[in-house]
Amino acid sequence: MAEDRNPIVQVKHLKQYFNIGKANEVKAVDDVSFNIYEGETFGLVGESGSGKSTTGRSIIRLYKPTSGQILFRGEDISKLKNRSPKMKKFRSEMQMIFQDPYASLNPRMKVKDIIAEGLDIHGLAKNDDERTQRVEELLDMVHLNPEHMTRYPYEFSGGQRQRIGIARALAVDPQFIIADEPISALDVSIQAQVVNLLQDIQRDRGLTYMFIAHDLSMVKYISDRIAVMYAGKIVELADADEIYNNPLHPYTQSLLSAIPVPDPEIEKTRERIDFDHSRHFNDQQRFQEVQPGHFLYCDDQTAAKFK
Amino acid sequence: MEQVPKIPKEKFKLLNKQDNEASESLGTPSLTYLQDVRRRLFSNKVATACLIILGLIVLISIFAPAVAPHNPNAQKVEYSNLPPKLGNLNIPGFNGMQDMGGKEVDAYKQVGAPKGTYYILGTDYLGRDLLSRIIYGTRLSLIVAVLATLVDLLIGIPYGIVSGWKGGRVDTFLQRIVEIVSSIPNLIVVILMMIILKPGLTSIIIAIALTGWVTMARLIRAQTFQLKEQEYVLAARTLGESSTKIASKHLIPNLSSTIIIQTMFTIPNAIFFEAFLSFIGIGIPAPNASLGTLLSDGQKAFRFLPYQMWAPAIILSLIMIATNLLGDGLRDAFDPQSSD
Amino acid sequence: MERILDVKNLHVDFKTYNGTVHAIRGVDFHLNDGETLAIVGESGSGKSVTVRSVLRLLAKNASISQGEVLYHGEDLLKKSEKEMDNLRGNKISMIFQDPMTSLDPTMTIGKQVAEPLLIHNKVSKADALKRAEEVLRLVGIPNPKARMKDYPHQFSGGQRQRIVIAIAIVDYPEILIADEPTTALDVTVQAQIIDLLRELQQKIGTSIIFITHDLGVVAGIADRVAVMYAGKFVEYGSVDEVFYDPQHPYTWGLLDSMPTLNTSEQDRLNSIPGTPPNLLNPPTGDAFAPRNAYALQIDTEQQPPFFKVTKTHYAATWLLHPDAPKVTPPVSIQQRFKKYQAWLEGDVK
Repeated sequence: MAEDRNPIVQVKHLKQYFNIGKANEVKAVDDVSFNIYEGETFGLVGESGSGKSTTGRSIIRLYKPTSGQILFRGEDISKLKNRSPKMKKFRSEMQMIFQDPYASLNPRMKVKDIIAEGLDIHGLAKNDDERTQRVEELLDMVHLNPEHMTRYPYEFSGGQRQRIGIARALAVDPQFIIADEPISALDVSIQAQVVNLLQDIQRDRGLTYMFIAHDLSMVKYISDRIAVMYAGKIVELADADEIYNNPLHPYTQSLLSAIPVPDPEIEKTRERIDFDHSRHFNDQQRFQEVQPGHFLYCDDQTAAKFK
Repeated sequence: MEQVPKIPKEKFKLLNKQDNEASESLGTPSLTYLQDVRRRLFSNKVATACLIILGLIVLISIFAPAVAPHNPNAQKVEYSNLPPKLGNLNIPGFNGMQDMGGKEVDAYKQVGAPKGTYYILGTDYLGRDLLSRIIYGTRLSLIVAVLATLVDLLIGIPYGIVSGWKGGRVDTFLQRIVEIVSSIPNLIVVILMMIILKPGLTSIIIAIALTGWVTMARLIRAQTFQLKEQEYVLAARTLGESSTKIASKHLIPNLSSTIIIQTMFTIPNAIFFEAFLSFIGIGIPAPNASLGTLLSDGQKAFRFLPYQMWAPAIILSLIMIATNLLGDGLRDAFDPQSSD
Repeated sequence: MERILDVKNLHVDFKTYNGTVHAIRGVDFHLNDGETLAIVGESGSGKSVTVRSVLRLLAKNASISQGEVLYHGEDLLKKSEKEMDNLRGNKISMIFQDPMTSLDPTMTIGKQVAEPLLIHNKVSKADALKRAEEVLRLVGIPNPKARMKDYPHQFSGGQRQRIVIAIAIVDYPEILIADEPTTALDVTVQAQIIDLLRELQQKIGTSIIFITHDLGVVAGIADRVAVMYAGKFVEYGSVDEVFYDPQHPYTWGLLDSMPTLNTSEQDRLNSIPGTPPNLLNPPTGDAFAPRNAYALQIDTEQQPPFFKVTKTHYAATWLLHPDAPKVTPPVSIQQRFKKYQAWLEGDVK
């Protein structure tokens, strides 16, 4: 099923190291490969320090990848120069929604100028009236009022701020959006608001999402396919239902067994699966397809078992 | 709690609310950031008083030619060392009386000054009006302060931002320079300058310019390091904003509190530095007055004519204390977390 | 069951420049000996302020304007600061959200764990360190004897939270107050910490007040649950009652807005619209009314009292008034009702 779809992002052997050659070298992302297909929501799950946010930031070129390729619509963007025209075009095609609704909006700017930042950079509004009108449309799209334009970020609640951040990303009319833990800082009753909004926008505008999160139940709900990341590597990748019903990697199994469910009966009877963190990777292992559409990081013997 | 209250039945009808527009409205009145800062600053009485005092001092210095009662450099040797006299009001200390050989003598009568001649703060050893000299001296000190601040703003801020924003090798290189500059004592720089240049305002300014920006640059660099990881800066980068635009739209506005507060500490430092140089005799040359030269002159006659030193010393202290306390007040005012 | 803590009609105000924020507007609850009470609510609902009032650890601009906090029948609000110091960390101790800021980075963990003993019990230093070692073993720090000489930065986030718990329980407190102790942790670590707390409760018989915004965590740890909204409790009862037979529309909304693993992408999540009210000017009626799809006319005029559902289960909603219309709760809540019904019937048989 995956083959006949059009990949919008192809990540090939991406490596993102920090402090290379120093004592504190960090292999934040260590050789990961995956495709994201047009129109889907690709979930990337992992615990803190797994490299999931770094992967997102490398794809959107906040970092310069150490090695590997990132193809966006078939074109390698991993080596684009910062001020090149191609880079500028890429900046309007891919956008990001950030985690912390309090840190993601400049406290000294009015909402109008925050949302219009992309319009200004890419010259998408010819004059002031058009700019105001565009901002009004964007505010409406995220269910905020035009009166909010002249307010400052700190006057808004977390959920409202997150919607302002979404409006800012949508201003440049991107096709692909990376949402980096967009709801983890929000209250439960507000999370659903934001998730519903993201899904409505996706449907209306035919967007592709990469949804980075540690909340597995929400990821399962929103994603078509899910990749599980651990210690800089993707250890398992499959359709959302497949990951949940048929997890193959011990880490995925451990992660799934730990999700708290708002149901006392399930909680009382739950069996937690522990994952041995001391020995997780060895040289014989590689990322391979063990069942159609189901990828696993394992050695060939293990792979043969599942085939 | 167990009792069921009696309520008319018609109150129990379901409200069908489809629109939740009302709950999106913001409950608090709209205050801009600056309004908020102003409110917090003016609620601090000490800082407000300091602001008023400094405002007055600045105004008087700006309009010095109009305010000063005499020409500050005009000598009248026959009226030298007259004590303060405030009109014909007989206020102790301001009545022209002087202790001479254990007797109170009217100094003005003694030198044969015509009636109506009086110097509010007295005169110096050359018969120059001390009040006018203090007004002009303050003006000169403030000029030094303004120039030092300009250097801070024009060198310190860009230097700090570039160093913090670029990071890596650029940062390492720029920080080595800062370390070298800050490891040389200011005084040595000034003394070396005096060999090349004549003592005067220019050399004081150059001396300050060479070293004064270092603290500002360090502070700005540290702040920039924090700010550049903020998600709104990352968002601007993903939108394709250029580095210069990010600096002007995102970094400088959010650095403004640091900048203003640091400036509040640069001002008294510069004034004091000038006073110090003039006091030890390598600052402003005669006959021009600065607070430092006035102190230096006053100190020579302090045992006999203490008023000649008291007046400039009080003004200098006032400026220093007021700017420091105002700096503290501004720091609190710019911090939204500070409690009310 | 003995009530070891009984909080009555608690009101807490915060003075700010804009006016007085009525953060807690009349809260009653009690804690039974040996149980775990979970207080659930969103940020700003007042759950942290409620428990901090118990230990009188409030910010300077806060004041407890009304109420009583009875600990074994004695009102803690009337005690002197010195008497409170004797209780804190000794009879009643607290765990905070962030394990990094709860530990002193310049002190070895052995000393930090032993410190409460040295302050309160006047035991010898050697005895205190021995006890610290025991407790560290109890909370699952491997090789505690050697690791007592290590500093906080040498431990992982999960281990640090274990150490924080060790400090809190070293004196075997009667009451342990845990303020979002797992929020900053990863899911797998969170699961371990919850298991640990349950295990400790059985071993040392502490009563726990557990504060969280995560209903999933509550389901796993609580005996009783209180749901808080805008400075008041809206519903409380046993964990089964609140999860399977919820009565307040806010509880419905919370349970309904979380996707379960069975929610498919075609089902739309049900969100609670709008945002919580500003407690500078609390609404006259039910604070939840503006966001409530089941709001009645009376909700906008008068605050609902608690209606009794069972002996242990109460909810503050006018929907429970005999004159109120019958409403149909969200589908997922109906499923919960069904499950509960089947269960109750099973019990009868």
